[in-house]
Amino acid sequence: MSYLARRLLTFPLVMLGVSILVFVAIRLVPGDAITAMLGTEAGLLTPDQRAALAAYFGIDKPILVQYWSWLLGVLQGDLGISVIHGKPALTIILERFPLTLQLALMSMCVALLVGLPAGVFAATRNERMSDLAVRIFAMIGQSTPNFVVGLLIIYALSAGFGILPTMGEFTPLFTDPLRNLGQMILPAITLGFAFAASVTRISRSAMLDVLSDDYVRTARSKGVPKRSVIWRHALPNALIPVVTLSGVEFGYLLGGAVLVEQIYALPGLGRLVLEAILQRDYALVQGCVLFIAFNFMVVNLLVDLAYVTLDPRIRLGEGN
Amino acid sequence: MGRHLSTKLLSGLALAVAIGATAIASPVSAASLKMAWKQDATGLDPHKQTAFSSIRLLELIYEPLVRFDKDLQIVPAVAASWEFAADAKQITFKLNPNAKFQDGKPVTAADVKASFERLLDEKTAAAARANFLSIASIETPDQATVVFKLSQPDVPLLTAMASINAAIVPAAEITAGTIGTKALGSGPFKLDKWEPNSKETLSANKDWAGGKVAIDGIDISVLPDETAILAALRTKQVDFALINDPLVATLVPKEASLVLNRTPVLAYHVLQMNPSRKPMDVLAVRQAISCAIDRKDVLDTASVGEGKVTGPLTMPGYTSDASALFCYKQDIAKAKKLMADAGFANGFTATVIAANGEPATAAAEAQVLQSQLAEIGVKLNIKMMELNVYVDAWLKGDFDMAVALNGGRADPYSMYNRYWTKTGNLQKVTNYIDDTLDSLMQKGRVETDPAKRKAIFADFEKHLVEVSPWVWLYTSYSYTAQQKNVQGFVPTPEGSLFGLSKVTLQ
Repeated sequence: MSYLARRLLTFPLVMLGVSILVFVAIRLVPGDAITAMLGTEAGLLTPDQRAALAAYFGIDKPILVQYWSWLLGVLQGDLGISVIHGKPALTIILERFPLTLQLALMSMCVALLVGLPAGVFAATRNERMSDLAVRIFAMIGQSTPNFVVGLLIIYALSAGFGILPTMGEFTPLFTDPLRNLGQMILPAITLGFAFAASVTRISRSAMLDVLSDDYVRTARSKGVPKRSVIWRHALPNALIPVVTLSGVEFGYLLGGAVLVEQIYALPGLGRLVLEAILQRDYALVQGCVLFIAFNFMVVNLLVDLAYVTLDPRIRLGEGN
Repeated sequence: MGRHLSTKLLSGLALAVAIGATAIASPVSAASLKMAWKQDATGLDPHKQTAFSSIRLLELIYEPLVRFDKDLQIVPAVAASWEFAADAKQITFKLNPNAKFQDGKPVTAADVKASFERLLDEKTAAAARANFLSIASIETPDQATVVFKLSQPDVPLLTAMASINAAIVPAAEITAGTIGTKALGSGPFKLDKWEPNSKETLSANKDWAGGKVAIDGIDISVLPDETAILAALRTKQVDFALINDPLVATLVPKEASLVLNRTPVLAYHVLQMNPSRKPMDVLAVRQAISCAIDRKDVLDTASVGEGKVTGPLTMPGYTSDASALFCYKQDIAKAKKLMADAGFANGFTATVIAANGEPATAAAEAQVLQSQLAEIGVKLNIKMMELNVYVDAWLKGDFDMAVALNGGRADPYSMYNRYWTKTGNLQKVTNYIDDTLDSLMQKGRVETDPAKRKAIFADFEKHLVEVSPWVWLYTSYSYTAQQKNVQGFVPTPEGSLFGLSKVTLQ
């Protein structure tokens, strides 16, 4: 059986595990949909009132019964109804996902466009002042939380220049691309900032390894121009750790960038999950987590397949 | 080098143009108020929703029989007038003949009756039902008259009826089962669109019996970060905003184009002790803790001085001089003596729970209290919790001490009967039964003479502070910020946004 088929076969098992985990976890956390809605006023409810609300939220039956009926729905493509939004969870998730995907892609672009050249540049100037400068910047980038970067950007733009991307009313990419990019570029830079720092560090160290390999020395001694040695011969071989890092990071980003979405008021998947957890919107939490887990598995698979393209010596599923 | 520089300049320019373009391209609707708040409503059923964030939205759409004005006096809403019977066991309302629901149908006595019957029906699961249990029957002698017959005298009932939780909804919508999915009230604004946790669009109700609404509508955006709200105000993306964090509020006056509305509110910050747990079961220990706390210091440090030290009664007309209350001036020597007398000269260890960000000052308050109580040997461990987890522990009374921000009401009985009467719904939270408190509350409930009521509740407050199950700290402000061209907003001590019905955009 091919590697791809075997990997795909594990998907349902992992999803089943995730579904049990999230279903139980959200119910184990103290507080329920009733306290989330009423806060301390929930203490004023009589037992009958509480029972009526529990029935409304669908938390009145034993947990196994609840899980089974939810699972049956999921198998038919029904992730349940969000009590806050009054809509199917899947509909809401699919409404939010394009923004999250776009943000993930844009911040990846920012990270790779900045991080890769910076890493290569630093590696070719190993231990010189310019290398040190890049490494210091990378360290600062990695250690600064993205909400600090986001808040600083917002403050600097609004207080210094009196401008700010429109917040609170998101414009989808295909409705008005210019307006959309104006709204997305700062969040992408904010997210890409720390990610660029990681890419810089990884690509620098990978390049340093590759540059000391025999084939690079041979190419140089044959008189291949330096630029060609670096970009054509060395870089492709240094890309594998960068691809691994990018894959993992991209998988995370597809789960939503909670803090950045909060700061820039973007209606993405991260904010959706956070609000669903805080409001104990069970169907939505479960649906979101399943969706995110599925995305993560797909990205991981794609990363594994990308290895083969980057390095033909790798044979997937044959012990390498 | 030159090429690199020009590339950088170009990309910088492109970024500025892109952002600028979106800022300029913001939809401009001259007569609609652009508003922002951090927390969105969590539902549309006025009888069920108790969160501040929901009430703020629903009181723009729905109306109760009566409402509070800026001085917490009761004024007409759906009802034009009302009258208590001499024995306070009956209250009669005459409805405003011009009151209409937003679909054009008149508000009738049948709608009022159906609304209260829904509220009282346990299946509705309205938490506010607890405030209306004295209603024995509702009669509607004609289309415009409603008579509430009460099982016992209940003076605070009228103030409970001023809550949006007692909103009048159309009887037909109750029958159709659409309350909560469709917002149809008789208030100044109609809800045109709601995307939970994202935005609301409201339009002015042209038929509103309360008068002409000067703006076309309100576009509300949910901006979860208050620093971003301030930035949006600064860049004029937003005309009006609600602010919770006093630290952010203090930055508003620094912007020349903005105005900050700061109104004292009824809600109070408090350190709740659990008298069912040792050693808080000992009166002297609770009193020692009360004496060891410098309330002004807590206010100044945790809330940058934005508020006022308070006793239990925070409502105008009932407040007293807080400095005259027991141990309202920090007295460490007395606190140490009380601890020694109780056999705790070396102090003890306890855990205080607080909710993350609810209120914004919770963690800071816990830290200041921790350092103050350390002076009498009480080692406080702080346990920060997610709000819902905190509420769960709070409702179960599962804490040694809790830092809390509890809501206030215009009437002392409505505010405290849940905590300090023997039949209070939140006895489990207070874990404290006191005959004096219970009897004073019952007296206050039936007393109709305002001066006598005030005296009864003054005794109640004095006794409550002396027995110190809780340590009342301070009341804070509600904040709204607005551009200078927004005129006519009148804030209230309840933090109501109903004043937006009178706002104009210059």
